[in-house]
Amino acid sequence: MKLVSKDIDKNSAGGVTMIPEEAEDMWHAYNLITHGDSLRSTTIRKVQTETATGSTSSSKVRTTLTITVESTDFDTQACVLRVKGRNIQENQYVKLGAYHTLDLELNRKFTLGKPEWDSVALDRLDQACDVTQHADLAAVVMQEGLAHVCLVTSSMTLVRAKIDVSIPRKRKGSCSQHDKGITRFYDQVIQAVLRHINFDIVKGVLIASPGFVKDQFYEYMFQQAIKLDNRTLIDNKSKFVLIHSSSGFKHALKEVLQDPSVSARLADTKALGEARALDDFYSMLQNDPNRAFYGLKHVELAAEAQAVEVLLVSDDLFRAQEVSTRRRYVQLVDGVRESCGDVKVFSSLHVTGEQLGQLSGVAAILRFPIPEPESDGDDSDSTDEN
Amino acid sequence: MSRHRAVRTMNYDDEYDFDDVYGHSVEDDYCVSPGTDQIPEEDETMGDKPEGKGSYDEDYDPLKDSSNFQRPPLNPIDEARLNSCLEEMRNIVGETTPEHLMIDAVLRSDFNYEKALNDVLNSQSGKTTEPKSDIACRPKIFMIGGDEPNEGSVVTAPQEPQVTRMTFSTGNQTNSGFTPEKNSGMDVETESSNPACRDLGDSFASLDVKKSASQAKLDAGDSGSSNNTPKKAPFLLKTKLERLDVKKEYAKRQADGKDFINLVVIGHVDAGKSTLMGHVLYQLGFVNKRTMHKYEQESKKLGKASFAYAWVLDETEEERSRGVTMDVAQTRFQTNTKVVTLLDAPGHKDFIPNMITGAAQADCAILVVNATRGEFETGFDAGGQTREHAMLIRSLGVSQLMVAVNKMDTVDWSQLRYKEITTKLAAFLKQTGFKESDVSYVPCSGLSGENLCHAPKDTQLSKWYTGPTLAEGIDRFRSPDRMIDRAFRMCVGDIFKGMGSGFSVAGTIQAGSVQVGDRLVIMPQGDICNVKGIAIDEAPLSIAFAGDNAVLTITGSDMNNIGVGSILCDPMLPIKVTSRFRARVVIFNIDVPITKGFPVVLHYQSLNEPAHIHRLISQLNKSNGEILKKKPRCLTKNMNAVIELSLSRTVCLELHKDCKELGRIMLRYAGHTIAAGLVTEILDKPSSKTE
Repeated sequence: MKLVSKDIDKNSAGGVTMIPEEAEDMWHAYNLITHGDSLRSTTIRKVQTETATGSTSSSKVRTTLTITVESTDFDTQACVLRVKGRNIQENQYVKLGAYHTLDLELNRKFTLGKPEWDSVALDRLDQACDVTQHADLAAVVMQEGLAHVCLVTSSMTLVRAKIDVSIPRKRKGSCSQHDKGITRFYDQVIQAVLRHINFDIVKGVLIASPGFVKDQFYEYMFQQAIKLDNRTLIDNKSKFVLIHSSSGFKHALKEVLQDPSVSARLADTKALGEARALDDFYSMLQNDPNRAFYGLKHVELAAEAQAVEVLLVSDDLFRAQEVSTRRRYVQLVDGVRESCGDVKVFSSLHVTGEQLGQLSGVAAILRFPIPEPESDGDDSDSTDEN
Repeated sequence: MSRHRAVRTMNYDDEYDFDDVYGHSVEDDYCVSPGTDQIPEEDETMGDKPEGKGSYDEDYDPLKDSSNFQRPPLNPIDEARLNSCLEEMRNIVGETTPEHLMIDAVLRSDFNYEKALNDVLNSQSGKTTEPKSDIACRPKIFMIGGDEPNEGSVVTAPQEPQVTRMTFSTGNQTNSGFTPEKNSGMDVETESSNPACRDLGDSFASLDVKKSASQAKLDAGDSGSSNNTPKKAPFLLKTKLERLDVKKEYAKRQADGKDFINLVVIGHVDAGKSTLMGHVLYQLGFVNKRTMHKYEQESKKLGKASFAYAWVLDETEEERSRGVTMDVAQTRFQTNTKVVTLLDAPGHKDFIPNMITGAAQADCAILVVNATRGEFETGFDAGGQTREHAMLIRSLGVSQLMVAVNKMDTVDWSQLRYKEITTKLAAFLKQTGFKESDVSYVPCSGLSGENLCHAPKDTQLSKWYTGPTLAEGIDRFRSPDRMIDRAFRMCVGDIFKGMGSGFSVAGTIQAGSVQVGDRLVIMPQGDICNVKGIAIDEAPLSIAFAGDNAVLTITGSDMNNIGVGSILCDPMLPIKVTSRFRARVVIFNIDVPITKGFPVVLHYQSLNEPAHIHRLISQLNKSNGEILKKKPRCLTKNMNAVIELSLSRTVCLELHKDCKELGRIMLRYAGHTIAAGLVTEILDKPSSKTE
């Protein structure tokens, strides 16, 4: 994301103009834009004109509109962000108050105005405009008959293809159906890899599976590549890394990212940091349950006592429709920062973020043990609603 | 596509009745018989009028009778003559005449079909003029039809009308197309003893939903296929007629003397499971010498001469070159008293999902441990598969275990070493929940073949060991009681293209029985299919029972509609389908505590599905099941708890209290088994949130 101008006053109200440059920026924009903001961008609008005789004609015009945001919608597969709202600046085509849905486009600037840019939003903005944080990675997590081809960027994990076929088992006296099924399955995975992975962008391709599936697949893929003279695969052979995972399901990606050989290659990306933080949380829960809290109420209690060392929070929570809910989370984050705590905002698109989201979205590792609050029942009920 | 499928999966006798009631346009095409002409027009309103309902019932009589009617025993030539006569007669009278009447007539007229036809037509006209009386005697016919040929079966006639009425009340007019299906399926049910009947009630609720779905499918295909109905119907009726008496057949099989058991072989990687069992198969004569010689030569070429016996079971290229079993190998052999389906499970920890699939089908197990110094210890210590496997099979409901202390030749058949291993294992197995009386120990060597099927020759062993050999140990396993009188359930473990039409599915039948010609429903897809053939160990059969490891040839559905983990069941009592359920679990020895939101892999029979723990309901006292704490924050090792799991896809589940075998689940995470549990409650999606 390119930051064009930033105009935020001392009451932290103001507008920021940005140009999204890649798909991931849309995800950042999705996290920035909330209900009640104003958004200005160029768009295409179908305009109907009525002539004097009463006949109508409609035409599409490109115009710049400013809307107050009412809802946002993010398509993870296509990385398209659609923002719906009412027009607040009349022009010759669009009346005041008319509804319009802005499709944010790559490489077209937009201006986002917020009544209040809170710390979380500003962080997000910094993060979005930081070019050093990029490490695109592709991963194929597979087991016999099931494969997920994923793209892992610093804040997104996108499942590009899921291949699920049933492979006949080995039977007494005949393995040909089994072998044929396996070959067909591998062919499908190779197709998915070629279609969905852009080798110019990704730094590495991880192939992960339990057992020998990965080795078998790797061998087969390059056999095929040589047979079919597929330059893309042959040239990028060095980018492939084989890693062990316990299954071919998507959540096994977490284990894959934590594998030491991957972390060396990945340096320090966000996905990796998240996986590590979540692991720390779980091991703390095991060793000293009074130093690992989760659920908003519990964590707030700990934050009040300035006990939070690391706060794990899912970005899902900041996308809350209600301003007051968002503010509650922002206050929690600010409070922890003030007491010199570390705040990790998890991307809800990562597998780790998904898991944290299931775990009420907020968790904290504490500096010192705090006895578990008694009012247990109410709390877990309220966190269930989130 | 869906319309197309509906045509293929259609129940033709449904169609047939449907036409009688509604289809006036096509009727002229084939309804030559006086029987159908007599069907009153007001049938369309039969839902309201009791009179109409009567005639509607009467419609089904041919089917109902024939489904319970057994052909008199005939020699093959007479059988053929009878069939050809019936065929001729059907061409003339259509399907309105009950098959047993036709058969009677044919037999009376001594296979003269014209004479028989006259008989039938005469009796027909007499019969159709007084439909009322026929209704009155219908239950009686049912009784006779059911009782006479199958003496052993308990046909509870009073229950039958009651059940049928239930099916009526659940639906309205549109149900009529589906009802005959119910009736035919009910045969098995009514024969069953009381507990199964009690189950009827609660499964009806779930049935209704499914029913309407399949109903819609049938409806969709109605108009298209009704024309060819008369052609197909005789085939179906014939298969219906051949329904065998389940209990009798089962008794017949048991009378053969050998019990059936499913045996799984488990143990740490490289304990010698495949070699041991391969050698047993060889010694018992189930592998011929030539093949064995070939394996020996080939394995020598690869420099793995010691793997020759393992090659009997490890058949894929991959498994042989790596020397590791990867998938469960299945084979069958006989000992003196048992017919054994052997499941050779992989020992490597990455293939535990496969091992679970195999163990879920087993009744008893052989745990192979490596006696070599150091090897036993690595397998037995934390991280070894000996512990995990033993715990898994116990949680999967296997209670009989034989421990084969393998590779005893490497420790010179030392009794001391044997004692050391058995005492260590005994303590552990007891703790895992095996009864001491159900566990036996056998020292042996898979490679040299000592003490497998013949008493030990090696003096080092025979001087201190006098117990049973491995094969004798297998003979001592008890065959468990099979639930043959329950509704049919079979978990699909494998799908492949077989010979001829349709495709084949393989798996263990958990409950009930299946016969050629049966209609089954594939859950959770809800597709209806027909059983065209049954085979066990490549031998075709006409009936298979619970506990059998069978291959069914299926038509009427598509291969892509069925996946590993799907469950084939009785269309009358389909298995429950859900994406959220509660389970009582025992947490294993884990490093990372379980919280809500924890992603796990759910293993259930042959299915493995990603799931996550939706919430922790309560923590329980281990011994008495009292609730210690409601809504615990996390669960750590060795706790008992009730948890709620949710899945992204729907799966088939059965409550543990309804069916023990089908009510067990396993949860795994990051390559470790973290919990085993029992399904206690199946939740509907909407209700769980409000509660």
